[in-house]
Amino acid sequence: MSLKLKTPLMRNSLMVILLVLFSLVSIFTGVQEVSFMNLFQLSEVQRLVLISTRIPRTISLILSGSTLAICGLLMQQLTQNKFVSPTTAGTMASARLGIVVSMIYFSQSSLAQKTGLAFAFSLTGTFIFILFIRTIKNKKAVMIPLVGLMFGNIINSLSSYLAIQFEVVQNTSSWLQGNFALISSSNYQLLFLSFPLFGVIYLLAHYFTVMGLGKDVSTELGIPYATLEIIGIALVALATSAIILTVGSIPFVGIVIPNLVSLKQGDHFGKILMPTAFFGALFLLFSDVLSRTLIYPYEIPISVIIGVIGSVLFLYLLLRGESK
Amino acid sequence: MMEVKRVTKSYGESIVVNNVSLPIEKGKLTACIGPNGAGKSTLLEMVSRLIPQDTGDIYIDGNEVKTWKRGDFAKRLSVLKQTNQMNVRLTVRELVSFGRFPYTKGRLNAHCHEMINESLEYLGLTALQERYIDTLSGGQLQRALIAMVLCQDTDYILLDEPLNNLDMSFGVQMMKTLRRLVDELGKTVITIVHDINFAASYADNIVAMKDGKLFASGTVDEMINKTVLDDLYDMDVKIIESNGTKYCLYYTTN
Repeated sequence: MSLKLKTPLMRNSLMVILLVLFSLVSIFTGVQEVSFMNLFQLSEVQRLVLISTRIPRTISLILSGSTLAICGLLMQQLTQNKFVSPTTAGTMASARLGIVVSMIYFSQSSLAQKTGLAFAFSLTGTFIFILFIRTIKNKKAVMIPLVGLMFGNIINSLSSYLAIQFEVVQNTSSWLQGNFALISSSNYQLLFLSFPLFGVIYLLAHYFTVMGLGKDVSTELGIPYATLEIIGIALVALATSAIILTVGSIPFVGIVIPNLVSLKQGDHFGKILMPTAFFGALFLLFSDVLSRTLIYPYEIPISVIIGVIGSVLFLYLLLRGESK
Repeated sequence: MMEVKRVTKSYGESIVVNNVSLPIEKGKLTACIGPNGAGKSTLLEMVSRLIPQDTGDIYIDGNEVKTWKRGDFAKRLSVLKQTNQMNVRLTVRELVSFGRFPYTKGRLNAHCHEMINESLEYLGLTALQERYIDTLSGGQLQRALIAMVLCQDTDYILLDEPLNNLDMSFGVQMMKTLRRLVDELGKTVITIVHDINFAASYADNIVAMKDGKLFASGTVDEMINKTVLDDLYDMDVKIIESNGTKYCLYYTTN
């Protein structure tokens, strides 16, 4: 019995230690030499670098990684399909379209306007996708993400068309590739939106857990399925919009991380919520360190690194799902 | 007390359930039989509020089902639809614990754990409680789902073909379990059954549906009757009696 009590505790402490360790590596990696050893005798420049870019960057990585992973997990729970995520359900593409539209219609669009429109578009886009997959008869696991990717690409091409037509291409291309290099202490606060969103998801976790069994079982157990579905998708759309606006689109995290975690720890949403958030953060921290060190002192955009690692893992999961 | 009064449901042009009124006796095991497409499942879904009826009223303990609050309804009536497999990696215990949701919204208390243990025990799943449900056999999964419903502790239990995919021995076990739910725990169980002989051997009452209408209803003794069954299934059914139970033979008729 004592062993059983210890295991989750040990697992939790291990997760915290790993997270702290990777955060430190992330903070002390970069062109400007800042060493952990002389943390208390930093020069003016070093302190500036640390406070205005390094720490904000690390915090953004943790927040976006965990948020993306949880968004994916939540969408998978709501659609009962392991391969639905903000990337494969048109959520990210729709958010991007919203940003393009806001830049066209409000030439000096504020962050609030962009966020608002991105949110409205991603919510609508995701709903269209979810309504659409309900009508698909061929429910093979592999079909849904493929349809979603196509749907996302159609929306992306619409965004590109509008961007070219209204000459905002340069502004929008920065949202096509996720990048943490431009994060500074002045522009990452939107990501703090993750905290209340995470809080709401945590509070509703028991509901979302049961919803993974589908509409009938949920209804039978007295859960207002349709209402919670809307709430869930709204949460995902809002979080995705915040991330796209701050760091750009980051593919695959929402699929790969929840799937890997549930392979090990099952599908009980309430129980895997924390591990998923943790591994999502860890995955981004790790990929970001790679992106900064592989061609040091230059940087590869993190979305490229994640695209490579993520697509391999994604293929593995797809093939695994197929063979089952 | 459950009453179904002149209930109708149609999809487009086709009337799936046509003006059906059902007598359901409390504390009995009622089997619902009839050919494919007779509207049995649709009726069951309406009674359990999964889909709304077009016209007519369904009363549970004096109140129309639509007027029940979601959470309170889930404490009165539970329903289990046809399931062949579940690709969800939950343990048997976790699945069964969902039955407590109407009471505690997922925050399990000591009483919940007691109920979960009892339900697992009742269906002989204690040894399997930590297994993932996607590794269970059809019979084990079916038992786990029944355990969840049992854990929900409702007066009414509605089942849509619980014998689906079960072999003979599991089928017998399942029907015996349903019988125990009625006899030992005083539940009212309504189950759709395709194998008429299971209905004949274990049910108290039988409700027969055909073409969306109530065809006939009554006690097992009244219903397992050549005239009724021949008309119901448009077949030549032979009825034999062994040890006081009637059985239907229909396997080799034209």
